[in-house]
Amino acid sequence: MMEIGLGHYLAVAAVLFTIGVFGIFVNRKNVIILLMSIELILLSVNINLVAFSSFLGDLAGQVFALFVLTVAAAEAAVGLAILVVFFRNRGDISVEGVNLMKG
Amino acid sequence: MTADMLSQDLTLLIPEILLACGAMALLMLGVFLKGEGANRLVQWLTVGLLAVAGLAALFAMTGEGTAFSGGFIFDSLARFSKVAIGIVAAIAMLLAMPYLQAEKLGKMEYPILVALAAAGMMMMVSANDLISMYMAIELQSLALYVLAAFNRDSLRASEAGLKYFVLGALSSGLLLYGASLVYGFAGATGFNEIAIAVESGPTVGLIFGLVFVICGLAFKVSAAPFHMWTPDVYEGAPTPVTAFFATAPKFAAMILLARVLVEPFGGMVEQWRDVIWILAVLSMGIGAFGALTQTNIKRLMAYSSIANMGYALVAVAAASQTGMWALLVYMVLYMISVIGSFGAILSMRTREGMVEQISDLAGVAQRNPGLGWSITALMFSIGGLPFMVGFFGKFFLIYAAVESGLLILAVLAVLFSVVGAAYYLRVVKTVWFDEGEVEFVPAALSIYWVTRLAGLATVALLPVVGWVVYRAVSVGLTVL
Repeated sequence: MMEIGLGHYLAVAAVLFTIGVFGIFVNRKNVIILLMSIELILLSVNINLVAFSSFLGDLAGQVFALFVLTVAAAEAAVGLAILVVFFRNRGDISVEGVNLMKG
Repeated sequence: MTADMLSQDLTLLIPEILLACGAMALLMLGVFLKGEGANRLVQWLTVGLLAVAGLAALFAMTGEGTAFSGGFIFDSLARFSKVAIGIVAAIAMLLAMPYLQAEKLGKMEYPILVALAAAGMMMMVSANDLISMYMAIELQSLALYVLAAFNRDSLRASEAGLKYFVLGALSSGLLLYGASLVYGFAGATGFNEIAIAVESGPTVGLIFGLVFVICGLAFKVSAAPFHMWTPDVYEGAPTPVTAFFATAPKFAAMILLARVLVEPFGGMVEQWRDVIWILAVLSMGIGAFGALTQTNIKRLMAYSSIANMGYALVAVAAASQTGMWALLVYMVLYMISVIGSFGAILSMRTREGMVEQISDLAGVAQRNPGLGWSITALMFSIGGLPFMVGFFGKFFLIYAAVESGLLILAVLAVLFSVVGAAYYLRVVKTVWFDEGEVEFVPAALSIYWVTRLAGLATVALLPVVGWVVYRAVSVGLTVL
């Protein structure tokens, strides 16, 4: 039976973080997917924080994770609001459509 | 414990408490007194509130020290920065008022968001813990995302808001991932505890975490290669919002970056100096060459700000007391020149509306000599031409870099500054020697005076800057 240690949690978090960053840069379709990727990044950080907190026996990490959760909710609210404004003006939300200004 | 300690802690947060409670009170005021008059009232009260918060940091604060178990620090660096942030935010708000009225954007949310963003910035410069650092950055950023998209009927503004939001959230994510690694490998979130852990030898995990934190903060100061949002957001956002973006948030993020690098990670200078070195050179280069082909003056200012953040990073890379002084002097001079330049950009209003092409400035000096002279002085100062204050700002930070043995960086800074002078001179040439007949309507009083006074300050501040440079170099004043 394999013991699940700190390294495994960190590896999962690193994978989630990478998926999130790739989701932002590779995705060409939908702005909603960008918001989901941002959420993924923040959640990977939470896994990191809780894993470290439990490993170190220090509560600060879990407190930090709670703050991150709260801010993530606020960030999603602001992001969706801006997205709605953009959709009203533009009529669609494809990433390729976000191209008015260049250079 | 408790009541006494709490009140002691709270006295260190007077400016932030003023701003946060004031913003809430003004929000209530704006909601209950509807109408155009109420919006004007809230705008004026916000200008006062920001100025009072800045001056409170200067006059009302007696003690220095840390609050909330070391999570928040009030020292001379924080005091200086808070005064600068409060005053610059108040000036940016003054510049915004005539624009908001003319463009029918005078909603009362605008000043509230500016006040909340300023509260976030004041907390950023006082952050002494990874948690308080993150919360302060988010308080500032969330308000700024909304401000960027404030003109919600404009496709450009909403696109700018969306871009700023996505890239800003990504940068927060990078910063946070780095913070989680630093927490894990240092075993604490407080900057003082991290400093102790760093002293006992940098580990791979700490270096990894620090690099992510630097990347996240480099996004916020728009240092290359994390600058790609800057030109688009500057162009798309309403002009007074851009004026605000280019000044106070940049200053706060730069001070936070310097504090993070010098205080908790001071023991890892050898490791982070190379990273900052690369960021500085890339920013100066991309800022200088990117601006050469721009025709829109707001985009030009965006590239100019990227380049200027590169110079500021030169001072950070010096990692010395002289470097910190150079950083503070440079950033303050930069803010004065930029707020004046945006005053000039806001004066570019014809009967049909705002114009923002550089060619629209053609021959403006003949028709409006005051504006022409102001633009000339401001452009010379940002470009670092002698004998404007901007020259001594650059001189001081290059001195700091040489003192720390960063000769190649200093030479590159001088070379890029020569390239950069080309586009500032192009603006001046357009203003004085080109033929044009774009007729501007007379600027509002606040815009008029901010532009003229900032233009005058590029020369009038010379003795002050000279005195500071002399004191910092000869006496070795300490900042931190």
